[in-house]
Amino acid sequence: MNNGDVILQTSTKIILFIIITFSAYLFFAGHHNPGGGFIGGLMSASALVLLALAFDLKTVRKVIPVNYRVLTALGLLLAVLTGVGSFVFDVPFLSHTFGYFDLPLLGKTELATAVLFDLGVYLAVVGVTMTIILSIGEDT
Amino acid sequence: MSLLHAVILLPFAFAVIVPLLHKYINKLHTGWFVLPVPVLLLTYFLQRISQVQDGRVIEESIPWIPSLNIHFTAYLDGLSLLFSLLITGIGSLVVLYSIYYMSKDKEAIHRFYVYLLIFMGAMLGVVLSDNLIVLYGFWELTSLSSFLLIAFWYQRERSRYGALKSMLITVFGGFAMLAGFILLYIMSGSFSVREIIAELGTVTEHSLFIPAMLLVLLGAFTKSAQFPFHIWLPDAMEAPTPVSAYLHSATMVKAGIYLVARLSPIFAGDATWFWLVSGFGLVTLMWGSYSAVKQTDLKAILAFSTISQLGLIMSLLGLGSAAVYFGYGEQSAIYTGAITAAIFHLINHATFKGALFMVAGIVDHETGTRDIRKLGGLMSLMPITFTLALIGTFSMAGLPPFNGFLSKEMFFTAVLKASQLDIFNVQSVGVLIPVVAWLASILTFVYSMIIVFKTFTGKYQPEKLEKKPHEAPLGMLLPPAVLASLVIVFGLFPNLLAYSIIEPAMVSILPSLADEFIVKISFWHGWSTELFMTIGVVGIGVLLYLTLQRWQKVYNVLPGKLSFNRLYDRALSTLENSSLRMTNSYMTGSIRHYMIYIFAFFIAVLGYLLFKLDVFNWRNAELAELSIYEVVLTAVLVAATLAVPFAQKRLTAIILVGAVGYMIVLFFVILSAPDLALTQMIVETVSVTLFLLCFYHLPKLRKEITSIPFKLTNAIISVGVGVIVTAIALAVTNNRLFDSISKYYLEESYNSAGGNNVVNVILVDFRGFDTLLEIMVLGIASLGIYSMIKLRHTDEPLDKRHGRTKTDKGGKA
Repeated sequence: MNNGDVILQTSTKIILFIIITFSAYLFFAGHHNPGGGFIGGLMSASALVLLALAFDLKTVRKVIPVNYRVLTALGLLLAVLTGVGSFVFDVPFLSHTFGYFDLPLLGKTELATAVLFDLGVYLAVVGVTMTIILSIGEDT
Repeated sequence: MSLLHAVILLPFAFAVIVPLLHKYINKLHTGWFVLPVPVLLLTYFLQRISQVQDGRVIEESIPWIPSLNIHFTAYLDGLSLLFSLLITGIGSLVVLYSIYYMSKDKEAIHRFYVYLLIFMGAMLGVVLSDNLIVLYGFWELTSLSSFLLIAFWYQRERSRYGALKSMLITVFGGFAMLAGFILLYIMSGSFSVREIIAELGTVTEHSLFIPAMLLVLLGAFTKSAQFPFHIWLPDAMEAPTPVSAYLHSATMVKAGIYLVARLSPIFAGDATWFWLVSGFGLVTLMWGSYSAVKQTDLKAILAFSTISQLGLIMSLLGLGSAAVYFGYGEQSAIYTGAITAAIFHLINHATFKGALFMVAGIVDHETGTRDIRKLGGLMSLMPITFTLALIGTFSMAGLPPFNGFLSKEMFFTAVLKASQLDIFNVQSVGVLIPVVAWLASILTFVYSMIIVFKTFTGKYQPEKLEKKPHEAPLGMLLPPAVLASLVIVFGLFPNLLAYSIIEPAMVSILPSLADEFIVKISFWHGWSTELFMTIGVVGIGVLLYLTLQRWQKVYNVLPGKLSFNRLYDRALSTLENSSLRMTNSYMTGSIRHYMIYIFAFFIAVLGYLLFKLDVFNWRNAELAELSIYEVVLTAVLVAATLAVPFAQKRLTAIILVGAVGYMIVLFFVILSAPDLALTQMIVETVSVTLFLLCFYHLPKLRKEITSIPFKLTNAIISVGVGVIVTAIALAVTNNRLFDSISKYYLEESYNSAGGNNVVNVILVDFRGFDTLLEIMVLGIASLGIYSMIKLRHTDEPLDKRHGRTKTDKGGKA
């Protein structure tokens, strides 16, 4: 597909970052506003799909050299570990907690363990979507 | 564990070591090691005679499953003792006979003795068990070991057929019997026969009394080869002859008799019992003797003769049950005579039939055939065998001075008395009873004569025989000789048995009349009706035997049409064919059909429920106002949905599905679900893309763009499902029983979980466990897709496939 589709490729280079930023926003905003790990993950994946459409699958692999099956596993592991972490504090599986901290630069910030779980969801969703699309895409 | 339990379990224990003996000591015939087992048991039971005669019974119990009232209770009374003596006595003789009959080099005799010992133990268990469930267990074990023994020569097709047939019929009866036992338990609260007898008052009044009786009788009739379940017995003759002699004449077929006798105290005195037992007995008697005459195979004649004699014993037990009706008194004493005759004939039949089977085995063994058309003139060649056969058959025919004569006289007495019975509406058909009995006796006489005279007299035809016949070895002659001498001894001195064995057995069968009867079997009654009947039997029998050629044509007409074998075969094949047809009719392999069944079931069950529960009350309906957006969106959604089935091209259908998905996104927006809207939008996009991918890769050949063919069934089913689901949705929203728990989430979302996005807080915090498993589902799906694509097997070699893939790619670019 790398046959001089300049407009598509150039606009992709810009739009890619916007989408990625938006997906990061969706992910972090999830706790208080619409969004969350699932949508954020799908958005990130769609950015990568755009990259694959504008360039090709090789470019995607070169730009982001990640094995997406491992990414899925990592996400699942993170989600499970978040749950298992509850046992350390002698509370039931998947009990979340949160608190407010004064961080440099950010000021008063809410930190929640639920975000770690959501990160697991995010990674898993990216891994799953990309595994499916790359498997199908590379087959044809 | 008591000695009595050890007695029952000894054969099983010995069966375990038989294969070892066979393997390591192969000089000696394995049967010699087995022989001590029944002999030992026989000695034990012989020693118990005097004890049981005094009315002292042995009862030993081991708890087996106490919580279910199942105890392994061994109980030895007169009836059990009689059967135990038969089992062990004839068992010993059969083992001795089989040592000479079965070749130790050519046959797998270790298997033979294992099966035989299992059978012996199971049979002892049947007659010595007081607990009905234990009895049933041993009962099925006899069926099973009999199955194995019949199919001992499993290479022969007839053996397998006979084994299967006997298995199907006896196990069918066994199941019925189990059901009957359970009904007895329901009525009396006990599985113990004696405890049920103690509860007799409540049992006989119970509404389940008759069903229990019928089921138990079904078991007894199938096992004892009563009409019309007799058909398995002639086919069981494919078994080795010692097996036929043991199982199918002396022991197993008498298990049903035992059961009827054992349960007589419970059921006797009832008209149904009287008519069923004596009626089926008489029909079997007649049919068996009628069919025996036309057989040409020695063992087949003996098989039908066994059927007939079992019918005789059964009918005597039925007639004797009338005694219970009268209770104490002169009347009952007359009918107890029938029971005496039954027991006496039971013993007699075991002796002479065992001997005759062994004789048939000798003839088979020494000449190579059992066909009476080929046999003849063996009298001078096998004089001892001939003598034994003569004694056996004359006893069977009921001629003096053998024991069969006595029991036949007693049988005639019983039927003559029964014809004058004035209970149970006997008067109307009573006169038929002695007539049937008399006719059957004539036929019995005829086939008895056929056995002995067609085999041993007449013309010797050496050219038809496979071997040159000569007298059998002594070991083979000894067992039938013992039995034949018993025939004579019991014939001349019947009272040897009367006090020692028959009386205690009668006490078990008729416990309520225990003080009533005096067993006296006299050889000479004087010039009574019975004697004239016997003389008539002999006279007409001789006449019929001499004119056999002329009237045997009768058999070509009748049995052909009245064959129960044909009925059984046809029933079996019909069953197989129709079940095959039935299965084929609905297991079509078409997914469309299965979907129709599933959805039709769904419509039927839920539709019925909705109709039945009357859910459409609108009292509690809390309906929101309709907005214009919702109306418009619904219209578009419905239009897009309806268009999908009518789309002419697949591409149109895919795009319409996408349109439906995006309409749902808008619905989520209107109904204030931003998270759902976002997710739905992206997921819809991805799935439409995947659909397009699938569409693009449809095989090139036969790629026809066609519309979906219209099918009325599909339309009805789909409309039905739609209506039902809509109805359920309406019914559910209109009958809200509780307040929603969402209030809690709305209030606690920020306080407990520190988030304002309630949906997300529920997903990751309140109910994070669901989410964890859902991403796991996604992971599995992606791995599934990955492995389906990357790891699929094709017939082509791997490198070739890759090559083709590359060229395809190049072509596209």
